[in-house]
Amino acid sequence: MSALLDRFTSLISKGAAKGAASSKELKAMIGTGGFSGGVHPKQMKITATSPIVDLPLPPRLILPLKQHIGQICTPIVEVGERVLRGQKIGKSEGYVSAPVHAPTSGRVLAIEEHAVPHPSGMGRLCIIIEPDGLDEADESLPTISDYRGEDPGIIRERIRLSGIVGLGGAVFPTFIKMLRDHRHPVEMVILNGIECEPYLTCDHRLMLEHSAAIVRGLDVIMHAVEAQCGVIAIEDNKPDAIAAMQQALAEASIEHVEVRALPTLYPQGSEKQLIQSVTGRQVPAGKLPLHIGVLCQNVGTTKAIYDAVCLGQPLTRRVVTVSGDAVPEPANISVRIGTPIPFVLAQCGLDDLNGVRLIHGGPMMGERLPRMNVPLVKSTNGLLAMRQEALYSENAVEEPCIRCGHCVEVCPVGLVPNELAWHCRHDQFDRGQEYDLFDCIECGCCSYVCPSHIPLVHYFRYAKGQVAKIEKERAFAELSKARSEARDNRLAHEQAERAARRSKVRKQQSDAASSTVGDKAPESKPDTGAKDMETKDTGKST
Amino acid sequence: MSLLISSPHAHGGDSIRANMLSVIIALLPAAGVSVYLFGWLALFLIVLCMAGCMVSEWVCLKMMGRPLTSLGDGSAALTGLLLALTLPAAVPWWMALIGCVAAIVLAKQVYGGLGHNPFNPALAARVVLLISFPLHMTAWLVPMHAPVFAAVLPLNLYDFNQCWNLFWLGPEAIGKGLDAITMASPLGHVKTEWSRGVGAVEALRNYDYSYLDAFLGREAGSLGETSALALLLGGVYLLARHTISWHIPLSFILTVYVLAALFNAMNPEHFAPPLFHVLAGGLMLGAFFMATDPVSSPVTPRGQIVFGVGCGLLTWSIRSFGGYPEGVMFSILLMNCAVPLIDHYLRPRVYGK
Repeated sequence: MSALLDRFTSLISKGAAKGAASSKELKAMIGTGGFSGGVHPKQMKITATSPIVDLPLPPRLILPLKQHIGQICTPIVEVGERVLRGQKIGKSEGYVSAPVHAPTSGRVLAIEEHAVPHPSGMGRLCIIIEPDGLDEADESLPTISDYRGEDPGIIRERIRLSGIVGLGGAVFPTFIKMLRDHRHPVEMVILNGIECEPYLTCDHRLMLEHSAAIVRGLDVIMHAVEAQCGVIAIEDNKPDAIAAMQQALAEASIEHVEVRALPTLYPQGSEKQLIQSVTGRQVPAGKLPLHIGVLCQNVGTTKAIYDAVCLGQPLTRRVVTVSGDAVPEPANISVRIGTPIPFVLAQCGLDDLNGVRLIHGGPMMGERLPRMNVPLVKSTNGLLAMRQEALYSENAVEEPCIRCGHCVEVCPVGLVPNELAWHCRHDQFDRGQEYDLFDCIECGCCSYVCPSHIPLVHYFRYAKGQVAKIEKERAFAELSKARSEARDNRLAHEQAERAARRSKVRKQQSDAASSTVGDKAPESKPDTGAKDMETKDTGKST
Repeated sequence: MSLLISSPHAHGGDSIRANMLSVIIALLPAAGVSVYLFGWLALFLIVLCMAGCMVSEWVCLKMMGRPLTSLGDGSAALTGLLLALTLPAAVPWWMALIGCVAAIVLAKQVYGGLGHNPFNPALAARVVLLISFPLHMTAWLVPMHAPVFAAVLPLNLYDFNQCWNLFWLGPEAIGKGLDAITMASPLGHVKTEWSRGVGAVEALRNYDYSYLDAFLGREAGSLGETSALALLLGGVYLLARHTISWHIPLSFILTVYVLAALFNAMNPEHFAPPLFHVLAGGLMLGAFFMATDPVSSPVTPRGQIVFGVGCGLLTWSIRSFGGYPEGVMFSILLMNCAVPLIDHYLRPRVYGK
C-alpha cells in the first residue's frame, strides 16, 4: 500500500516538476534526481576556468600526524634530521591509518603540538619542516608501470604505503575500501567527479588537465579489485570535463568503462546518493557499498593512486580551490600538504584576515576554522574566505518552525528533519534515534531551504555528539560496575580463603595440640588412645 | 560572535515573511472579487480584520515579553485577511473583532505562538463566531452584479456613506432589516430544501443556479469564497512559487468530486452534482489556503494526501448528511487534530531501510 502511494506521488511530482519548470526561486531550488530530495544551491564556481597553478615553497610546512580517519601516526624522524621529498616521516599505527610523507626536502624543525584545521581549533602532534629549497626527491619507491601484470595485493600495499586517503573530504584510508572480500566481489567502480559543492572546482580542473592520469588510475583500481566495469560520473554542469574524460577514455582504449553525465543536484557527490543515481540501487542500512558490489573513488584520489603506483610518488600534494568573496584572486592551486593557510591566501592576494571567516571545504558541508594559522591537509578540497558580514551561518536568526515541510522534501535520506530537530533540541535522544538520527549525512539541504533559518544540521551534530558521549559514559559506567563487582567478588573470595585458611590453621593447631596429647598417651595406653582420637575427630567434624 | 557557526554556510533565501507575503499576494484576486461584489463593506472588513489581528498579536507579544519583530513576519496580517475572507459581508464590526481576538489569542498565542497552533487560527475563530452568532454568520449579503438579483438589488454597496453606516451601525441604521438585504447561499438553499423533502437538483433549479456564476463568483457567500476562478488563480500562484505543494488541494478537491459523483450517480435527484460541490462554498478557499496552512497540516507528502482525502471525506459528508450546510471548516479543523498522528505514522522511507 505505502509502496504504491510512494510510486504514485513520485510519478505525479515528476510531472509537476516538469510543468512548473519555468517558475524560479524555491521551485528551482528543489530537484528530482536519481535519489529523492536534494537542492540546487547557487553554483558560484568562479574558478572553473582557472588552470591549476603551483605555489612557491612556503617558509615552513606543518604536517599533522593525523590527517585521516583512524589511528594517529608516530613520527619516525628526529628534530634536526634532513628529510627528502616523499620520505615517510610518520609511521601508521594500527590497521586503520595512513602514513605521512614529507612534501619537500628540508630539515625537521620541531615535532610538537600545533593547531590543525578543526572546527574546535584544537591542536595535534605535527612535524614541522623547514624546506631547503632543493626539493630533492626520495627515489626509494619504484614505479610500477606494468601494473596489469602485478599482483593486486602488491598494488593495494603500494596504495597503503603511499598514505592515500579519500581526497573528496572523508579521508578514509583508501586501501581498506579496496580490500577484496570474496563473498562480495566488486562489480563496478564508480569514479566520483560530481563535485556538487558550490565554489569547489578542484576535481573539475583535475578532470580537464589530468584526464589521462585519472583514466589510468581507474584502470589501476579496476585491476586491484578485479572489477568488471567502471563508470565515471560527472554532473552535466561540467560539459568540458565530460568531453575531456570521454576523449581520454577513447585514447586509453579501456573497455567496459563509460562516462555518465548526471543531472546537477546537490548532494549527488555523497557516496550513497551517487550510487543510487548511477545504479538505481540503495546501499542497505548498516552495509557498505561493497555489499552491493560497488566501489566509489573520488577523481582526486584516483589521480593520487596513479601517481603512487605508476610514478612512485606518495601523497604529498593535492589540488585545492581557494575562493570566497574575500579572496581577490580565487584560484585552483596544487599545494604541498602542510602549507600554512595564511601563506596560501597571501598568494591569492588576501593578506589582511581581519573580518574574514575561513571555511574548510565547501559552503554546504565545510567547517568554519576558528584559527587561521593552520596547515592545509589531505582533506582540504576547498578553502573559502568569506567576509564576516556576508556569511549566512554567522548572521542567521532562528525563527520558530512553521512546519512547511520543505526540509522533508529535500532530505536525500528520507528523514523528517523538523521532528528530528525538535527531539534533538530537547535532548530526547532516544526519540531522536527513533527518527533515524544516525542516518543523517549532514549534507545541509534541510538548513538550506528552511524559511525559519533553523540550524537543523547543527542540532543533529549536537545530538550525535551527545549520544556518543552518553554511550561512552554508559560503557565506562558498565566497565566500572564490572570492575567494582569483580573487586567485591575478589575481596569476598579472599576473605573466604583467609577464613578457610584460618580455620585450617586453627584445625592444624588443634590437631597438633591433640596429637601432642595423643603422643603422650600412646606411651601409656597405645591402643585405646588412638581409638579415642578417632571418635573425638568424628565428633568434631559432625 | 554567534555560537552557531556550523555548516551549511549558504542559504536558499526563503523566509517566513516571504511565505506569508506570497499567500497574501495569492489572496489578492479573491479579495479583489470580494470588493467587486460587496463594495466598501468588503474593504472595511478586510482592513478591520487585518488591523485587529495585528493589534491582538502585538498585545500578546508585549504581554509575553517576546520580541515585537515577529509581528513583521506577516502571519498575523495573513490570519486577519483569511478570517475576513471567511466572513459574511453583513457581519457587525464588533463580531469581526471578536473573531480577530479569538484567532490570535485563543487559537494561536495560548499555544505558544507561530508554529505551535494545532488549528488554523482563522478557521478556529470562524467556528467560535459561527457557534456564538449563528444567525449573523449565515446571513449572506446580496452581492452586486449577481445577474439574478440585478433588478431587485436592495443596496448600492459602492455608496461609501451607506456602507459606512451599515458597517458601524448595522442594517437598522439605513432603515433595512437584516432579512431584507441578505439571502441564502446555494449550499444553504439546498440544505433547507432537503429538510422540506426537495431534492438537490430541484432545489438548484428553483435557485436559478448557474455553474458559470459560481465559477466567476457572482453568487452569495462569504467575502472570499464565492469566486472559484480567483481562488484558483491564487492557488496556481502558490503552487508555482512552491509555497504549497499540490498534495493537499488536489486530494481534497478530488475526494469531494469523486464522492459527489458516486452518490450523484446512484441518486441523481437527491444528491447534488459533483461540479456543484467543487464550486460551492469554501471548498476552493479551504483547499488552497486553509488546509495547506503549513503549521496545522502534515509535513510529509504521503501524510498530506491522507490529510486531503480526510478533509474531502468529511466535507462531503457534512454537506450531505450533517446539520450545517457547509463542512469545509469543520473538516479541516477535525483533520488538524489528526495531524500529529498522521505525521507519526506516515514518515518517508529512510535510505537503505
